[in-house]
Amino acid sequence: MLVVLVRRLANIIPTLIAVVALVFLLFSVLPGSFISGMGEDGRTTIDPAVMERMRKEMGLDDPLHVRFAKYIAHTATGDLGISFRTREPVTALIGQRVWPSLKLVFAAMTFAILVGVTLGFLAALRPGSLVDTVSMVFAISGLSLSQFWFGLMLMYLFALKLNWLPSFGYGDGGFSHIVLPAIALGVGPMALLARTTRAAVLDVLNADFVRTARSKGMSERRVVAWHVLRNALVLVVTIVGLQFGSLMGAAVVVEKLFAWPGVGSLLVDSVFQRDMPAVQGCILMIVLFFLAINTLIDLAYVAIDPRIHYSR
Amino acid sequence: MKLPRLKVKGGTSLWIGGGLVTLAIVVAIAAPLIARTDPVMDANLMNAEIPPGLDFPFGTDAQGRDIYSRIVYGARISLTVGVVSQVLNSLIGVTLGLTAGYWGGWWDDVVTGLTNLMLAIPSLIFALAIMAILGPGLLSLLVALGLTSWSYSCRIARAQVLSLKSQGYVQAARILGYGDLRIMFTQVLPNILGPLIVIATLGMGGAILSEAALSFLGLGIRPPFPSWGSMLSEARDQITTAPWLSVFPGLAIFFTVLGLNLLGDGLRDIFDPQSTTRRA
Repeated sequence: MLVVLVRRLANIIPTLIAVVALVFLLFSVLPGSFISGMGEDGRTTIDPAVMERMRKEMGLDDPLHVRFAKYIAHTATGDLGISFRTREPVTALIGQRVWPSLKLVFAAMTFAILVGVTLGFLAALRPGSLVDTVSMVFAISGLSLSQFWFGLMLMYLFALKLNWLPSFGYGDGGFSHIVLPAIALGVGPMALLARTTRAAVLDVLNADFVRTARSKGMSERRVVAWHVLRNALVLVVTIVGLQFGSLMGAAVVVEKLFAWPGVGSLLVDSVFQRDMPAVQGCILMIVLFFLAINTLIDLAYVAIDPRIHYSR
Repeated sequence: MKLPRLKVKGGTSLWIGGGLVTLAIVVAIAAPLIARTDPVMDANLMNAEIPPGLDFPFGTDAQGRDIYSRIVYGARISLTVGVVSQVLNSLIGVTLGLTAGYWGGWWDDVVTGLTNLMLAIPSLIFALAIMAILGPGLLSLLVALGLTSWSYSCRIARAQVLSLKSQGYVQAARILGYGDLRIMFTQVLPNILGPLIVIATLGMGGAILSEAALSFLGLGIRPPFPSWGSMLSEARDQITTAPWLSVFPGLAIFFTVLGLNLLGDGLRDIFDPQSTTRRA
């Protein structure tokens, strides 16, 4: 287990450095800095002298490689810079947003796993049945939904028409506020998990060891519970890990829709204010989280499937 | 020749998906013929926010524009975004994948590194960053979506070259004096066209959803141009008073993407009859 962890961490570091470099280059080489953006929108005019001073203060006039070296050095020590907009450290800005985001992403994934795996499982046990057809129609529809549109529809129906749930905001962080955003966000992974689980269970049901288990007189219930579920789980866990990436992408939109105070909505607001340190910080945070999840997934493989050793 | 299989598996997906996609394409091409009004110019405040009915099948928006006509024209933007971005992604992915697998060495390391990097950044986040830099608009959208999801086609192309490199006919081509690029594109590429078409079809659905998401955030197509995403973005504030403004563009997105997903599934069953495992 420890070896796996160390190996994964060793793989993560170069990727992280590459992400830092990419994000930095994207935002500094391409035209349109925060300062030049301030005059561009036509709403604000800015004194060239002030602009000059700000450029100096923020170190924007240093040559690219100097800024890059500074940025890497700061990032490595956990300093993501100062927000152009609020003058607060970016780490503090993001720090307040991490917990709501984590809550939302995990709530969505929990919903996706509970509903998706159940649907896929029921569908696979009776292939071709009504349950199967309905589940799979449900699944392909879920994959084709625009998540924020679905969220908007949920908001309209359950919050505005039926008044069952609050329509937006974080509230006191309680359960009722998270239900709608979590369902809106979880519907995509739910659909994919339903399809994957169905395929995985069908595969396992036809495997030799399941036939052996049946032929030695094991009850169908035990075959399914003991052999099939366990083996199908590996594929399901893989999908869960991969889906966290797109889930976090979609979370940006869902957070914005439901005015959820997470990293995603901070990212969008910062983009509009051209607050580059905050934008870079948010993107790094999201990538870091995604890589961390996938490390956990790799550890989960070892726990689920004793055949996986990572001894390569 | 493959018809029997088509009947057994994926038949319904293929036909329903193909039908929906064909409908979207016809609507997009024939937009000026089937739209009732100009989608941008025909604003009439006398007709503002009329619910769906006989005069306006999908209702009108706050400026009195006919939602049906705007959705019809929106098909053009969505399909353009889907097709162009997937063509770009396939070109990048295939070129990188083929050359990396064929030449190997440091170039292979670079491409593999790039692919892993792409996989580490959620593609919508990456696209959002590019949109933030380039600014809103159709062209930036095509670039942002066309540059951010080539990793699947790259991986497939690379894996295929690696396994075909030692095959007799590829070696024969080399002995005949074919250049590297000619071998890659004439000998290896035809073998992976099937899976690539499947990936591109499913990717088009993804690109249309991303367009909607980015436009909704205000980073994609800007109003007044009728993209389905920008229509939704405008409609959101009127969800209590005029819910139809949100319902119809969303349904247009849903049925188009559903069509592409079903078509992709159906095509996969034809190209890869063994596969039971769905897209990961």
